[in-house]
Amino acid sequence: MSRAVGLHLGVIAALLALQFVLPAYHHGVLARVMVMAVFAMGYNVMFGYTGLLSLGHAMFFAAGMYGMGLAMKQWDVPLVPAFLLGIAAAFLLALVVGVLALRTAGVAFMIVTLMFSQSLFLAILHFGAITRGDEGFALARSLRQVAGLDLAAPATRYFAAWGLFSVVLLGTLALVRSRRGRVLVAIRENEERTRMLGYDVWRHKLMAVVVSGTICGAAGAAYGVLFGYVGASFSQVPYSIFPLLWVLLGGAGTVIGPFVGTLFMFYLIDLSSGLTDAYMLVVGVALVLLTLFLPRGLMGSLRDRGMKWLP
Amino acid sequence: MAQQKTDGLIAPTRRAVLKGVAATGLATAMPGHLYGATDEPIRVGFQVHRTGIGASYGRWYDRTTTAAARVINEAGGINGRPLEIIAEDDGTDPKRGAEVLEKFANQHNCDIAYGTLFSHVVIGSAPRAAELKLPYFVVSEGHHVASGMLNRYTLQPGITDVKSQVQAMAPFVAANLGKKVTMIYPDFAFGHNHRDFFGDAIEKEGGQVVAKIAIPPTETSFTRYFPQIPRETEVIYHVMVGPAVLTFVKEMGEFFGPSSPEIFGFIDSLEAVDLATPGLEFLDGSFFWEGHPRYAQPDQTEYDKFYREQVGVDENGASVDDPRDVSTYSHMFACWETLHVIKDGMEAAGYKGPQDRAALIEAVEAMTDMPESRAHPQGPKIFNGKTHQVFGVQYISQVNGGRLDVKHVTSIEDGLYPDEVDYTTQPL
Repeated sequence: MSRAVGLHLGVIAALLALQFVLPAYHHGVLARVMVMAVFAMGYNVMFGYTGLLSLGHAMFFAAGMYGMGLAMKQWDVPLVPAFLLGIAAAFLLALVVGVLALRTAGVAFMIVTLMFSQSLFLAILHFGAITRGDEGFALARSLRQVAGLDLAAPATRYFAAWGLFSVVLLGTLALVRSRRGRVLVAIRENEERTRMLGYDVWRHKLMAVVVSGTICGAAGAAYGVLFGYVGASFSQVPYSIFPLLWVLLGGAGTVIGPFVGTLFMFYLIDLSSGLTDAYMLVVGVALVLLTLFLPRGLMGSLRDRGMKWLP
Repeated sequence: MAQQKTDGLIAPTRRAVLKGVAATGLATAMPGHLYGATDEPIRVGFQVHRTGIGASYGRWYDRTTTAAARVINEAGGINGRPLEIIAEDDGTDPKRGAEVLEKFANQHNCDIAYGTLFSHVVIGSAPRAAELKLPYFVVSEGHHVASGMLNRYTLQPGITDVKSQVQAMAPFVAANLGKKVTMIYPDFAFGHNHRDFFGDAIEKEGGQVVAKIAIPPTETSFTRYFPQIPRETEVIYHVMVGPAVLTFVKEMGEFFGPSSPEIFGFIDSLEAVDLATPGLEFLDGSFFWEGHPRYAQPDQTEYDKFYREQVGVDENGASVDDPRDVSTYSHMFACWETLHVIKDGMEAAGYKGPQDRAALIEAVEAMTDMPESRAHPQGPKIFNGKTHQVFGVQYISQVNGGRLDVKHVTSIEDGLYPDEVDYTTQPL
C-alpha cells in the first residue's frame, strides 16, 4: 500500500474513531463538515485537477438537494430512490451545463457558470408553489428513515456522512491516480499540448464537469436528508464561492485538501465569532495571510515542502 | 430560616429573625434585584441576524432583547433565577442557523433557543431544534409555524403571522380604499404569501385582485412594470422590500404624478427607513400596515411608553441616541413579548433545567389570553396552543407629513383562521 493510500485510509479511520470520542457539539460539526467537504471535493475535481474555474457550483449542490427533497415531498418517493434521483438531477444538469459552458473558456466560462447558477436560483424562486421559494421547506423526521435507521439521530447521521465522505474521498483518489485523472492534470497544465498529444480535451473536460457536478449533487442531497432542510439559499452565489475558498485554503489539486480547508474554515468562523462580533474581519485577515504566505493552500504547501507524494 | 414549632404555630427564633433582617437588609442594598436560592442563570440562546440581509432587523432585535432581559431581571428574573442571553450571529443563513442551535444546545448549555426572524433561517433551523429537543421560540411572522410545516418544539407566541396580518387588512381596504386591487410584490416567498393570502381575503370582502405584478428580486428599476397596472385599479397594494424600495417608490411617483389610485403597503418595505427620506414624499396620504405604531400616538398606552423608554426609542420610532437610527418598530416588540411568554411559561411549568423542557412547551401550549400589559405592549393577544401561533390586533396607519398616524386598529378576530395543524398530537 502506498503512502498516499495509507494516508487517506488513515484519515477515514481517524474520522471513524472520532465518532466515539467527540463531545456532542463537535460530533455534529464534523458530520456537517464531512458533507460540505464532499461538496468541496467535487469542486476540486473540476478546479483543482482540471483547471476549470466555476463560479456556479451552488447549482449542482442545489440540484441534488431539490431533486431529492421534491421527490420526497411532492411525490412521496422513499428516501433511497429520492437520494438517487437527487444525484441523477445533478448529473443531468452537469451534463447540460458542461455541453454548453465548455464552448467557452477562461473568464467567459466563469461568467457562464455563474449565470446558469443564478438562473437556477431564480427558477427556484419563480416556481415557489412547488419549491417554497426562498423559504424552502423542512423534511419531517419521519421521512428521513431508512431500513429502520433514523438519519436524524446523531450516530446514524455521523455514519452516513462518514460513509459518503469515505466513498468520495477514495473515489477521487482513484480518479486522480488513474490514466484519465492524469489527462485532467495535463489539461490543467497545458491544454494545447494535451490536445497535440492526441487526447480528446473536450470530452475529458466534460467528464470532469459531470463527475464534479454529480459529487456536488450527492453532497446537496445528503445535506437535505441528514439535516432536514431544502432551501434556495444553497443555490445562491455564496455557496458557489464557499467551495472555491475551501479548496484554495486546503490546497487545490490535493485530494485531502478540500476536507482540511472546509474544517479549517468552519472552526475559523466558529471560534472567531465567539471572540468578537467583527469575526468576518478576522476571517478575512486570516484568509489574506494564508494566501500571502501559503498560496498553494495548507496541503499544497506541505506537498511543496517535503510531502511530494501527496496526490 | 430556622423555625421552632410551638402549639401548632410556626414561630421564628430570635437568632433567625436577626439573620433574616440582616439578609433582607443586604438584599435591599443590592442594586436591582434579589434572586432565589439557586442563582444559576436561565440561559437563552439568542439566534440573531447580526450580518447578512437581516442585519438591520437584528440590530434592533438585539437591543429589544437586551432591554427585555434587563427588565425581567430587575423584577426578580424567572423563578428567582436571572435570565442570561447568549447571542450568536447566524449570518441570516439557514445552514449557520442550524449550527448555532447545535452550539446553544451542546456547547453553551442553553435552556432554550429564541429570536429568529427570517423565515428561511427558521425553517432551516427548526428540524435541528426538534432533534435536539430544544424549545425554539421564533419571532418571524412567517406562516411556517401555523402551517404545520415545522414541529412541536418550534413556537411563535410573540408575533402574528403574515396570513393573519394580510387577512385582517382586507376589510379595511375594501371598505375604505377600493375593491379593485392591483398587487405589486417581490417574486419570492414573502411576496407569494401576500399574493395568495390577500387575494383570498379581498374576495371574501366583495373585492377582487385585478392584476398581480411579480417583480424579480434582482430588479433595480421598475418603470416597465407600471404600465401593467390596469386603468380600473382603485388600490395599489405593494410589499416591495430591500434596498430597491426607494427607487420603487420614486419611480411609482414619477409614473402616476398627482393622480394616483389609493396606495396601501406593508411597513416591512420601510422598516428602519426614515419616512422623511427624499423620494418618499409620494407616499404622503398612503396607508400602511404596522405591527406596532412607530410614532407615539396621542392615545399612547402606558405600556407602549414604558416599552419605548426601556428599549431606547424616541416618539418618532428612532434611537434616543441617534434620531437617524430608525427602529424596526413593527417587528421588534415581538422579542420583548416572546421573552415575557418564556418567563410566564417557565414559571407555570416550574422550570428548573433541561429536564423540564417538555413541561415548558406544554405550559406555553396551555396559554390562551395575553392581555395588553407591560409584558404585551403591542396589544392584547390570543395564543393557539395547537398551532403554536399567537393572534393579535393590527394597526393601519396613514402617512401624514413624514410620520404615520394610526387610522384603524383591527380586532383579533379579523386575523383568525381555521387551524391547519395540531402540534399537541406530536410526541415530545
